[in-house]
Amino acid sequence: MESEAIQRAAVAVASRPQRKRWRQLAGQFVHDQPLGAIGAVIVVILIVVAILAPWIATYGPKATDFDAYLWPNHTHWFGTDNLGRDIFSRVVWGARLSLYVGLTSVGVGVTIGAIWGVYSAYIGGMVDAITQRVVDVVMGFPPIVLALGLMAVLGQSVNNVVLALVVLLSPSAARTMRSSVLSLKEMTYVESARAVGSSNLRIVFRHLVPNCLGTYIVLFTVNVAYAIVVEAALSFLGLGSPPDEPSWGGMLTGATQSLERAPYMALFPGLAICLVVFGLNLLGDAIRDVTDAKMRGQGGND
Amino acid sequence: MFKYVVRRLMLFVPTLLGVTLIIFLMVRLVPGDIATILVYDAGSLPADEAKAQVAEVRQQLGLDRPIVVQYLAWLGHATVGNFGYSYWEKRPVADIIGERFPRSMELAILTLVLAILWAIPLGVISAVKQNTWADYLVRVVSISGLSLPLFLSGILMLYFLVAWFDWLPPLEYVGLFNDPWVNLSQLIWPAIAQALYISAPIMRLTRSQMLDVIREDYVRTARSKGLGEPKVMYSHALRNALLPVVTFIGWWGGRLLGGIVIMEIIFAVPGMGTGLIDAVNHRDYPTVQAIVLLLALIFLALNLIVDLLYAVMDPRIRYA
Repeated sequence: MESEAIQRAAVAVASRPQRKRWRQLAGQFVHDQPLGAIGAVIVVILIVVAILAPWIATYGPKATDFDAYLWPNHTHWFGTDNLGRDIFSRVVWGARLSLYVGLTSVGVGVTIGAIWGVYSAYIGGMVDAITQRVVDVVMGFPPIVLALGLMAVLGQSVNNVVLALVVLLSPSAARTMRSSVLSLKEMTYVESARAVGSSNLRIVFRHLVPNCLGTYIVLFTVNVAYAIVVEAALSFLGLGSPPDEPSWGGMLTGATQSLERAPYMALFPGLAICLVVFGLNLLGDAIRDVTDAKMRGQGGND
Repeated sequence: MFKYVVRRLMLFVPTLLGVTLIIFLMVRLVPGDIATILVYDAGSLPADEAKAQVAEVRQQLGLDRPIVVQYLAWLGHATVGNFGYSYWEKRPVADIIGERFPRSMELAILTLVLAILWAIPLGVISAVKQNTWADYLVRVVSISGLSLPLFLSGILMLYFLVAWFDWLPPLEYVGLFNDPWVNLSQLIWPAIAQALYISAPIMRLTRSQMLDVIREDYVRTARSKGLGEPKVMYSHALRNALLPVVTFIGWWGGRLLGGIVIMEIIFAVPGMGTGLIDAVNHRDYPTVQAIVLLLALIFLALNLIVDLLYAVMDPRIRYA
């Protein structure tokens, strides 16, 4: 419903200058989805911090030349950790790492999944049957356990986390995309396109792909939050990003060992993860409402 | 019904084989050869001696045979509970599993029972007293429970235990049958921390199901024939509302397995999760394979049971 409203608004202002149209669309979004707007603000802050990390951070992410276990003070705003690294700087650099992992893994994983799903649903038959069994197999593992197994053989590195996430994300994205194409395939406009002699390629790119875009966007936002949490969880367990990388999850590993002495070590990275996941989920819910994709939540950040 | 069950079982077999194949092949992805890693990790040997030992280990592990034969042999052994030998712990993997598996299951069951014990009553209260302070309280608590990633709620719980009660994760694990009281006092905290997280969606689903059901005609009929409100709620409404909740708990319970790993690490429970992380850190691949296989099997079995249970409980599915 909102999507219709937005489309109408978009059509109404289509003739006006570009900037005004965007302003109106944004205004509509804030009005219809106030929580989504809060989420969007949090996500924008995350992106800005990630891009400007070298200028915002007061020290390097791996610099260890300070006293260990300093409580927050005016030179080290969030204190220093067990190795004498500045926690504020690491949290700021961590934003860049989280965003990098979230965007690349979801960008690659969901895109592969989408192509796979569209292809599988459109071709049907044996190809569909076999690739769907592959999806069954990957989804037959508890997600964190599969990721741990993959990290065990790939070895610790940020890019291997991305790779493990791609393996984790693409099959479920393929399944969602497939079901959405399966229902679109039966639409009368696809039938009529076929009746007037459109080629398969034309049907897929002119009719199916544009109609799947909403599903794709929702899959994307929902999974970025998921990917960030999985990266943090893997790093927390010591099998994600290497310990010297400023990963929010990795920072918590050191923190649990000195909770009594330095609770602030857990507080700031923990807050950062919560805030980002909260923001992305709010934004994802709002986008889901706007695009009106009938999807079940991919609930759970386990 | 019969047809549905047969079809579901037939889909189960290739999935199961696929899962075992992935677990088997995963270890082949390790850069280099497992035998080489085992030998060179063990210590520094002269070059020719090391080479001889690599060949010996390769033969011991059967790595010189064709890969299909290796897979079938591994699968055959696994079905009778022989998961090979752990070079790190210097004992059969089956022993490690036998020791750690019951602890993890105890933690998982404790978590699930706790979650159900408070999620369903709270969900019902929240639906029956819709839009009162009780409803809002339950909803706010459940939403915040969901937006806190599991490892954070674990750390938070640990922090409060440390700060308020001077409680530290025990250095030594006490078995259920040695001293049930001490055992429970060790497992109850990770169980509560995870139950807080997994109960949120159960609570939300119970609430929305109850809200749907109490508007149904048969509930109105029950009321109009003069039944008391508690009787209407519990024997007419709740019974029907619980059907999707039960199947959801089965599905969601499977996802709890990943969380168990995290909770065991935070609270130092020597179960399958800590076993998996230890094995990975020591490159003890037979143990990694066995633990991942077992967790995947439980996950698959739960999914299968949920699907079959659904067919048994909901006649509409049987003929779909």
